[in-house]
Amino acid sequence: MSDAQLKTSFPQRAHAALGDAHLQEALTIATTKFIGLRKESFEGYPAGEALRDRARAIKEATLQQLDQHLERLADNIERLGGHVHWAATGDEARDIILRLCRDKGVRMAVKSKSMATEEIELNEALEAAGVKPVETDLGEYIIQLAHEKPSHIIAPAIHKTKGQVAELFSRELHGEFAADPEILTAVARKALREKFLQADMGITGANFAVADTGTVVLVTNEGNGRMVTSLPRIHVALMGIEKVIPSMSDLVVFLAILARSATGQKLSSYTTLVRGPRRAGELEGPEEFHLILLDNGRARQIASTLREALYCLRCGACLNVCPVYRQIGGHAYGYTYPGPIGILLTAMLKGNGAVRELAHASSLCGACKDVCPVRIDIPRMLVELREHLDREKIAPWPERMVFRAFRRLLLSPAAFRLSARAGRWLQRPFVRAGRLRGLPLLLGNWTRTRDLPPVAPRTFRERWKELG
Amino acid sequence: MNASIMITCLGDLLFPEVGVAMVKLLRRLGVTVEFPRGQTCCGMPLFNSGFHHDAALVAARTVKLFERSEHVVVPSGSCAWMVKTEYPGLLKDDPALRSQAEALARKTHELSQFLVNVLGVTSIDSSFEGRVTYHDSCHLLRGLGESRNPRALLRGVKGCELVDLPGSDECCGFGGSFSVRLPEVSTAVLDKKLANVESTGADCLVACDAGCLMQMSGGLSRRGSRVRAVHLAQVLEWEGRA
Repeated sequence: MSDAQLKTSFPQRAHAALGDAHLQEALTIATTKFIGLRKESFEGYPAGEALRDRARAIKEATLQQLDQHLERLADNIERLGGHVHWAATGDEARDIILRLCRDKGVRMAVKSKSMATEEIELNEALEAAGVKPVETDLGEYIIQLAHEKPSHIIAPAIHKTKGQVAELFSRELHGEFAADPEILTAVARKALREKFLQADMGITGANFAVADTGTVVLVTNEGNGRMVTSLPRIHVALMGIEKVIPSMSDLVVFLAILARSATGQKLSSYTTLVRGPRRAGELEGPEEFHLILLDNGRARQIASTLREALYCLRCGACLNVCPVYRQIGGHAYGYTYPGPIGILLTAMLKGNGAVRELAHASSLCGACKDVCPVRIDIPRMLVELREHLDREKIAPWPERMVFRAFRRLLLSPAAFRLSARAGRWLQRPFVRAGRLRGLPLLLGNWTRTRDLPPVAPRTFRERWKELG
Repeated sequence: MNASIMITCLGDLLFPEVGVAMVKLLRRLGVTVEFPRGQTCCGMPLFNSGFHHDAALVAARTVKLFERSEHVVVPSGSCAWMVKTEYPGLLKDDPALRSQAEALARKTHELSQFLVNVLGVTSIDSSFEGRVTYHDSCHLLRGLGESRNPRALLRGVKGCELVDLPGSDECCGFGGSFSVRLPEVSTAVLDKKLANVESTGADCLVACDAGCLMQMSGGLSRRGSRVRAVHLAQVLEWEGRA
């Protein structure tokens, strides 16, 4: 979603999401299921905790020498007969793909699920250029039919109930389909088979790319990723530069924790390792392989506040446990990447101005940090982000004035005591049965739905004397 | 043993009965209780909203105020977390202050941790009778890693029946200024929590954090619930209907 489409404020979007009964039902069912599966998976895997530490350390070390790892990756892919493109921005990445489509006469492209292609809004660009993009991941296929955007990093149609999907399929694919996941999957499979065979290009993201071997790794569950990388004559993989890892032994560490964090699986159903195009004597694989390395604001964060967000494996675990995400879903955030990690990624990709409201869309409960496979300290980084908003004067000035005044109060015990007395006097009209209701201004945001305890008749400080 | 109370801003202004219960409890356990008079607030609201320079000024003041204390006991997990994990970083530019902050961090304890880990208490005589359930406050649970002590102390009270709260480790939706910045989301999270609380059939909902108690008691009384939200100290030093 581009900024221009965000005509509403974040609280307004959250309000709409809270009032959407279908969304609420779908979110509760799906996130609760994901939480349970992840928990069970790690409880039965004592080695998991140490592997998470190891994975974090690998990411840390790799980012220190990102240039070297990327160059080695590129060299190895080229040695295997593939092509490597460097894209500084989303625009550049789109142009590279569109140029390839034009040069190679591509009219249809099948896609495996990829957040990076969402990030650069590739589908819109392909359509505008006369290339038909077809999403082949079931969830992505659903939302493409519905003309929507993903609302979760790994479960893009998490906001839809099976009843809604049945209605959508019946309308778009001209049939009468029951709200049965098995039937609906079979319907999608049949429709997509033809597309795989017609497509000239397969477009994927990349979960990892191994520098030592030039291997691009896709972690999927439906088998569509494998067909996207093997059936069309051209395979294009788009990946953020932070996805490179040094070696195959590092890959083993990540694979052991990624699916567990995402879906509670030991491994996903398919782990696809792609090494360049089809070689002489091979029976399958594309004639051409292209890897696009996307920066789009990532490199400048390596030495900056949002550095840890570059460790993200895109497993979605932090979304599932986030009390805010669980209430409002992904669309309300308004950008490609939702949830707690999405706020950080949005700041990275779109700048701090884009997260003026979103930086506060967290109670800082820390559940995200707890489940993150690479232990990204998301709450701490949100607080750092808020600090930047204050320093860069992006935070609204009334807010800055209020907090500065609050500071003065906290630095002066006399003023603090006086404020208790003032509070007692000011609250009088609002006390109902020992509770405050109907308070004005910002405090009204509290008392609209909750009571507030009044300032006590005698504060602890005042009672301390008699405790003597 | 001497202990200074860090009462916290909410504890001082809104929940003095929690502080009173804590003082009586600690004295009963043989602790000499002090109350440094100049204290105001740990500065966490400033810190969480990104006003770190301002929070550092408050931290510097607090560090000096408790310099002579043997132990500092806090009836709130989040404020204890703030002092223990954030003060040293906030004051890192001044080496003297930083080491004072580190000393304060070491001797600061959330109440249940002080009772069990420092005083070695296993059970406390209390006149409390009834069924309770326990909410894990985020900063106490995930920040300070504490989930056992409060439960052990509640189980140690003879007339107290502790029942599990489904989703006890999920946020209550308070989150400081989050609760007024995004009141609808905050309330939706709270509603989920309170539905769980009411499903337990408990008489009292117990927590160890003034913020969560303010949020949850505010929701309970607004929905006319018979469940009372109380602080752990109040159960351990029960005075009937306080």
